[in-house]
Amino acid sequence: MTRSTIELPVTADDYRIARYAAAAIALTVAEAALPSPLPGIKPGLANIIVLVVLARHGWTDAAWVSLLRVVAGSLVIGQFLAPGFFLALTGALGSLAVLGLARHLPPRFFGPVSASVLAAFAHIGGQLVLARLWLVPHDGVIYLLPLFATAALVFGTINGLVAARLLAVPGAAPFLLKAG
Amino acid sequence: MSGSVPDGLGELLARAGGAGHPPWLTLLKPGDWALLLAAALLVAASYPLLWSGSAADRAIVKRDGQLVTELALNAPRKYEVTGVIGTTVIEVQPGRARVLSDPGPRQYCVQQGWLTRVNAVAICAPNHVTLQLSGRGGGNGSHDTLNY
Repeated sequence: MTRSTIELPVTADDYRIARYAAAAIALTVAEAALPSPLPGIKPGLANIIVLVVLARHGWTDAAWVSLLRVVAGSLVIGQFLAPGFFLALTGALGSLAVLGLARHLPPRFFGPVSASVLAAFAHIGGQLVLARLWLVPHDGVIYLLPLFATAALVFGTINGLVAARLLAVPGAAPFLLKAG
Repeated sequence: MSGSVPDGLGELLARAGGAGHPPWLTLLKPGDWALLLAAALLVAASYPLLWSGSAADRAIVKRDGQLVTELALNAPRKYEVTGVIGTTVIEVQPGRARVLSDPGPRQYCVQQGWLTRVNAVAICAPNHVTLQLSGRGGGNGSHDTLNY
Protein backbone atom coordinates (compact mmCIF):
# COMPACT_ATOMS: atom_id res chain seq x y z
CA MET A 1 0.00 0.00 0.00
CA THR A 2 1.29 3.45 -0.90
CA ARG A 3 2.07 5.55 2.08
CA SER A 4 0.03 8.70 2.31
CA THR A 5 2.04 11.72 1.31
CA ILE A 6 -0.02 13.90 3.59
CA GLU A 7 1.21 13.95 7.14
CA LEU A 8 -1.26 15.10 9.72
CA PRO A 9 0.49 14.96 13.05
CA VAL A 10 -2.05 14.17 15.77
CA THR A 11 -1.27 15.34 19.27
CA ALA A 12 -2.57 14.06 22.58
CA ASP A 13 -4.66 17.24 22.77
CA ASP A 14 -6.38 16.31 19.52
CA TYR A 15 -7.26 12.85 20.80
CA ARG A 16 -8.59 14.27 24.05
CA ILE A 17 -10.74 16.89 22.32
CA ALA A 18 -11.99 14.35 19.79
CA ARG A 19 -12.99 11.98 22.57
CA TYR A 20 -14.93 14.62 24.44
CA ALA A 21 -16.49 15.94 21.24
CA ALA A 22 -17.60 12.41 20.33
CA ALA A 23 -19.38 12.13 23.68
CA ALA A 24 -21.03 15.52 23.15
CA ILE A 25 -22.11 14.60 19.61
CA ALA A 26 -23.60 11.31 20.87
CA LEU A 27 -25.67 13.27 23.40
CA THR A 28 -26.78 15.73 20.70
CA VAL A 29 -27.95 12.90 18.45
CA ALA A 30 -29.71 11.11 21.30
CA GLU A 31 -31.41 14.34 22.29
CA ALA A 32 -32.60 15.02 18.74
CA ALA A 33 -34.86 11.98 19.12
CA LEU A 34 -36.63 13.47 22.14
CA PRO A 35 -39.95 15.15 21.43
CA SER A 36 -40.06 18.81 22.39
CA PRO A 37 -43.13 20.80 23.42
CA LEU A 38 -41.83 23.93 21.74
CA PRO A 39 -39.14 24.19 19.06
CA GLY A 40 -35.97 25.32 20.73
CA ILE A 41 -36.68 23.88 24.17
CA LYS A 42 -34.20 21.07 24.63
CA PRO A 43 -32.26 19.76 27.62
CA GLY A 44 -28.91 20.55 25.98
CA LEU A 45 -27.23 17.48 27.45
CA ALA A 46 -24.09 18.01 25.36
CA ASN A 47 -23.38 21.04 27.51
CA ILE A 48 -22.62 18.67 30.39
CA ILE A 49 -19.56 17.57 28.43
CA VAL A 50 -18.61 21.18 27.68
CA LEU A 51 -18.81 22.01 31.40
CA VAL A 52 -16.67 19.01 32.33
CA VAL A 53 -14.06 19.94 29.70
CA LEU A 54 -14.08 23.55 30.87
CA ALA A 55 -13.35 22.51 34.44
CA ARG A 56 -10.75 19.89 33.56
CA HIS A 57 -8.93 21.36 30.58
CA GLY A 58 -9.82 25.03 30.27
CA TRP A 59 -11.76 27.30 28.00
CA THR A 60 -9.95 26.62 24.72
CA ASP A 61 -10.67 22.89 24.87
CA ALA A 62 -14.26 23.62 25.87
CA ALA A 63 -14.66 25.90 22.87
CA TRP A 64 -13.28 23.24 20.53
CA VAL A 65 -15.58 20.58 21.92
CA SER A 66 -18.62 22.87 21.84
CA LEU A 67 -18.09 24.03 18.26
CA LEU A 68 -17.15 20.57 16.97
CA ARG A 69 -20.31 19.35 18.62
CA VAL A 70 -22.43 21.96 16.83
CA VAL A 71 -20.91 21.31 13.39
CA ALA A 72 -20.59 17.52 13.52
CA GLY A 73 -23.84 17.07 15.45
CA SER A 74 -25.78 19.06 12.85
CA LEU A 75 -24.17 17.00 10.06
CA VAL A 76 -25.26 13.79 11.73
CA ILE A 77 -28.87 14.85 12.23
CA GLY A 78 -29.07 16.53 8.81
CA GLN A 79 -29.38 20.10 10.09
CA PHE A 80 -26.11 21.51 8.77
CA LEU A 81 -26.61 25.10 7.48
CA ALA A 82 -30.35 24.87 8.27
CA PRO A 83 -31.80 27.58 10.54
CA GLY A 84 -31.46 25.23 13.50
CA PHE A 85 -27.73 25.00 12.89
CA PHE A 86 -27.27 28.76 13.03
CA LEU A 87 -29.40 28.95 16.17
CA ALA A 88 -27.29 26.23 17.79
CA LEU A 89 -24.10 27.99 16.69
CA THR A 90 -25.22 31.35 18.06
CA GLY A 91 -26.28 29.70 21.31
CA ALA A 92 -22.95 27.90 21.60
CA LEU A 93 -20.98 31.10 20.93
CA GLY A 94 -23.05 32.97 23.51
CA SER A 95 -22.52 30.24 26.09
CA LEU A 96 -18.79 30.10 25.43
CA ALA A 97 -18.48 33.85 25.84
CA VAL A 98 -20.27 33.73 29.17
CA LEU A 99 -18.36 30.64 30.31
CA GLY A 100 -15.15 32.54 29.52
CA LEU A 101 -16.26 35.14 32.05
CA ALA A 102 -17.89 32.72 34.50
CA ARG A 103 -14.71 30.71 35.05
CA HIS A 104 -13.27 33.76 36.81
CA LEU A 105 -15.95 33.49 39.52
CA PRO A 106 -14.40 32.54 42.85
CA PRO A 107 -14.44 28.70 42.90
CA ARG A 108 -15.03 28.70 46.65
CA PHE A 109 -18.54 30.00 46.18
CA PHE A 110 -19.47 29.06 42.64
CA GLY A 111 -19.51 25.59 41.11
CA PRO A 112 -20.46 24.08 37.76
CA VAL A 113 -24.14 24.75 38.44
CA SER A 114 -23.61 28.52 38.30
CA ALA A 115 -21.59 28.19 35.11
CA SER A 116 -24.25 25.95 33.61
CA VAL A 117 -27.17 28.26 34.44
CA LEU A 118 -25.32 31.35 33.19
CA ALA A 119 -24.35 29.53 29.99
CA ALA A 120 -27.93 28.36 29.49
CA PHE A 121 -29.21 31.93 29.75
CA ALA A 122 -26.53 33.12 27.33
CA HIS A 123 -27.55 30.31 25.01
CA ILE A 124 -31.22 31.33 24.79
CA GLY A 125 -30.23 35.00 24.79
CA GLY A 126 -28.06 34.54 21.71
CA GLN A 127 -30.70 32.44 20.02
CA LEU A 128 -33.47 34.94 20.67
CA VAL A 129 -31.36 37.79 19.31
CA LEU A 130 -30.62 35.81 16.13
CA ALA A 131 -34.25 34.74 15.81
CA ARG A 132 -35.42 38.35 16.21
CA LEU A 133 -32.88 39.71 13.70
CA TRP A 134 -33.16 37.01 11.08
CA LEU A 135 -35.78 34.30 11.39
CA VAL A 136 -38.76 36.09 12.92
CA PRO A 137 -38.18 39.83 12.46
CA HIS A 138 -40.95 40.80 14.82
CA ASP A 139 -41.00 41.75 18.50
CA GLY A 140 -43.43 38.88 19.11
CA VAL A 141 -40.49 36.51 19.62
CA ILE A 142 -39.73 38.29 22.86
CA TYR A 143 -43.00 36.94 24.27
CA LEU A 144 -41.41 33.48 24.22
CA LEU A 145 -38.66 34.69 26.54
CA PRO A 146 -40.34 33.58 29.80
CA LEU A 147 -40.75 30.03 28.49
CA PHE A 148 -37.19 29.85 27.18
CA ALA A 149 -35.84 31.38 30.39
CA THR A 150 -37.71 28.83 32.48
CA ALA A 151 -36.32 25.99 30.38
CA ALA A 152 -32.82 27.47 30.65
CA LEU A 153 -33.08 27.66 34.42
CA VAL A 154 -34.39 24.10 34.82
CA PHE A 155 -32.11 22.38 32.31
CA GLY A 156 -29.15 24.58 33.23
CA THR A 157 -29.49 23.50 36.85
CA ILE A 158 -29.85 19.80 36.00
CA ASN A 159 -26.95 19.81 33.53
CA GLY A 160 -24.81 21.69 36.02
CA LEU A 161 -25.58 19.18 38.75
CA VAL A 162 -24.69 16.27 36.47
CA ALA A 163 -21.46 17.97 35.45
CA ALA A 164 -20.63 18.76 39.08
CA ARG A 165 -21.20 15.12 39.99
CA LEU A 166 -19.02 13.85 37.18
CA LEU A 167 -16.30 16.23 38.30
CA ALA A 168 -16.68 15.36 42.00
CA VAL A 169 -16.08 11.65 41.52
CA PRO A 170 -12.70 10.87 40.00
CA GLY A 171 -13.85 7.48 38.74
CA ALA A 172 -17.00 8.75 37.05
CA ALA A 173 -17.37 8.45 33.28
CA PRO A 174 -14.08 6.58 32.84
CA PHE A 175 -14.32 6.82 29.06
CA LEU A 176 -13.84 10.53 29.50
CA LEU A 177 -11.09 10.30 32.08
CA LYS A 178 -8.94 7.98 30.01
CA ALA A 179 -8.44 10.80 27.59
CA GLY A 180 -7.11 13.17 30.23
CA MET B 1 -21.83 -18.78 42.98
CA SER B 2 -25.49 -18.86 43.89
CA GLY B 3 -25.27 -15.46 45.58
CA SER B 4 -23.09 -13.77 43.03
CA VAL B 5 -25.80 -12.79 40.59
CA PRO B 6 -28.09 -11.07 43.13
CA ASP B 7 -25.03 -9.43 44.67
CA GLY B 8 -23.90 -8.15 41.31
CA LEU B 9 -27.39 -6.97 40.52
CA GLY B 10 -27.67 -5.31 43.90
CA GLU B 11 -24.37 -3.56 43.40
CA LEU B 12 -25.41 -2.45 39.94
CA LEU B 13 -28.68 -1.05 41.26
CA ALA B 14 -26.89 0.68 44.10
CA ARG B 15 -24.46 2.29 41.67
CA ALA B 16 -27.31 3.33 39.39
CA GLY B 17 -28.95 4.85 42.44
CA GLY B 18 -25.84 6.89 43.13
CA ALA B 19 -24.07 4.87 45.83
CA GLY B 20 -20.55 6.14 46.33
CA HIS B 21 -21.46 9.51 44.86
CA PRO B 22 -21.82 12.68 46.90
CA PRO B 23 -25.46 13.67 47.53
CA TRP B 24 -26.79 16.07 44.92
CA LEU B 25 -27.27 18.99 47.28
CA THR B 26 -23.65 18.99 48.41
CA LEU B 27 -22.70 19.84 44.85
CA LEU B 28 -24.26 23.27 45.24
CA LYS B 29 -22.07 25.97 46.75
CA PRO B 30 -23.40 29.13 48.46
CA GLY B 31 -22.91 31.22 45.33
CA ASP B 32 -24.78 28.64 43.29
CA TRP B 33 -27.77 28.92 45.62
CA ALA B 34 -27.69 32.71 45.42
CA LEU B 35 -27.44 32.64 41.64
CA LEU B 36 -30.25 30.10 41.32
CA LEU B 37 -32.47 32.19 43.57
CA ALA B 38 -31.74 35.37 41.61
CA ALA B 39 -32.33 33.57 38.31
CA ALA B 40 -35.60 32.09 39.55
CA LEU B 41 -36.81 35.54 40.63
CA LEU B 42 -35.86 37.05 37.27
CA VAL B 43 -37.62 34.28 35.39
CA ALA B 44 -40.72 34.62 37.56
CA ALA B 45 -40.69 38.38 37.02
CA SER B 46 -40.44 37.97 33.26
CA TYR B 47 -43.90 36.38 33.05
CA PRO B 48 -46.02 39.32 34.28
CA LEU B 49 -43.62 41.77 32.64
CA LEU B 50 -43.94 40.29 29.17
CA TRP B 51 -47.34 38.68 29.20
CA SER B 52 -49.54 41.38 30.68
CA GLY B 53 -48.36 44.20 28.44
CA SER B 54 -50.98 43.54 25.81
CA ALA B 55 -53.80 45.14 27.80
CA ALA B 56 -55.09 48.19 25.99
CA ASP B 57 -54.94 51.46 27.88
CA ARG B 58 -55.74 54.13 25.25
CA ALA B 59 -58.20 54.63 22.43
CA ILE B 60 -56.92 56.64 19.48
CA VAL B 61 -59.50 58.43 17.36
CA LYS B 62 -58.50 59.66 13.90
CA ARG B 63 -60.27 61.52 11.11
CA ASP B 64 -58.76 61.36 7.61
CA GLY B 65 -55.73 59.74 9.20
CA GLN B 66 -55.17 62.77 11.44
CA LEU B 67 -55.22 62.30 15.19
CA VAL B 68 -58.37 63.78 16.72
CA THR B 69 -57.98 62.64 20.31
CA GLU B 70 -56.60 59.99 22.61
CA LEU B 71 -58.95 58.68 25.25
CA ALA B 72 -57.70 56.89 28.36
CA LEU B 73 -59.49 53.58 28.90
CA ASN B 74 -59.85 53.99 32.63
CA ALA B 75 -63.19 55.73 33.01
CA PRO B 76 -66.46 55.47 31.09
CA ARG B 77 -67.20 58.37 28.75
CA LYS B 78 -68.52 59.19 25.31
CA TYR B 79 -66.82 61.23 22.62
CA GLU B 80 -68.27 62.71 19.45
CA VAL B 81 -66.28 63.16 16.26
CA THR B 82 -67.65 65.11 13.34
CA GLY B 83 -66.65 63.47 10.08
CA VAL B 84 -67.45 63.88 6.40
CA ILE B 85 -71.09 62.74 6.51
CA GLY B 86 -72.06 63.23 10.14
CA THR B 87 -71.16 62.53 13.74
CA THR B 88 -69.55 59.33 14.99
CA VAL B 89 -69.99 58.58 18.69
CA ILE B 90 -67.21 56.69 20.45
CA GLU B 91 -67.97 55.04 23.78
CA VAL B 92 -65.20 54.22 26.21
CA GLN B 93 -65.39 51.94 29.26
CA PRO B 94 -62.58 50.69 31.47
CA GLY B 95 -60.38 48.48 29.27
CA ARG B 96 -62.50 48.70 26.12
CA ALA B 97 -63.97 51.03 23.53
CA ARG B 98 -66.49 50.87 20.69
CA VAL B 99 -68.19 52.93 18.03
CA LEU B 100 -71.62 53.56 19.55
CA SER B 101 -73.16 55.13 16.49
CA ASP B 102 -72.08 56.21 13.05
CA PRO B 103 -73.87 57.76 10.07
CA GLY B 104 -72.38 55.23 7.63
CA PRO B 105 -74.89 53.18 5.57
CA ARG B 106 -73.60 49.73 6.45
CA GLN B 107 -72.66 50.19 10.12
CA TYR B 108 -69.64 47.88 9.94
CA CYS B 109 -67.69 49.73 12.61
CA VAL B 110 -70.71 49.80 14.95
CA GLN B 111 -71.38 46.11 14.53
CA GLN B 112 -67.78 45.29 15.32
CA GLY B 113 -68.72 45.87 18.95
CA TRP B 114 -66.31 46.35 21.79
CA LEU B 115 -62.58 46.51 21.01
CA THR B 116 -60.46 45.12 23.82
CA ARG B 117 -57.10 44.13 22.32
CA VAL B 118 -54.15 46.36 21.59
CA ASN B 119 -54.09 47.52 17.96
CA ALA B 120 -57.68 46.44 17.32
CA VAL B 121 -59.24 48.85 14.81
CA ALA B 122 -62.80 49.86 13.94
CA ILE B 123 -62.98 51.81 10.69
CA CYS B 124 -65.97 53.92 9.81
CA ALA B 125 -64.90 54.50 6.23
CA PRO B 126 -67.83 56.57 4.94
CA ASN B 127 -67.29 59.10 7.72
CA HIS B 128 -63.44 58.91 7.46
CA VAL B 129 -63.18 58.08 11.20
CA THR B 130 -61.12 55.31 12.79
CA LEU B 131 -60.94 54.05 16.35
CA GLN B 132 -57.84 52.14 17.40
CA LEU B 133 -56.70 50.80 20.75
CA SER B 134 -53.12 51.06 21.89
CA GLY B 135 -51.17 50.02 24.95
CA ARG B 136 -47.69 49.38 26.15
CA GLY B 137 -45.85 46.37 24.83
CA GLY B 138 -48.42 45.72 22.14
CA GLY B 139 -46.08 45.99 19.18
CA ASN B 140 -46.98 49.67 18.75
CA GLY B 141 -48.63 49.62 15.40
CA SER B 142 -46.46 47.00 13.76
CA HIS B 143 -49.22 44.44 14.10
CA ASP B 144 -52.88 45.40 13.95
CA THR B 145 -56.30 43.94 13.26
CA LEU B 146 -55.91 44.51 9.53
CA ASN B 147 -52.92 42.24 9.07
CA TYR B 148 -53.79 39.94 11.93
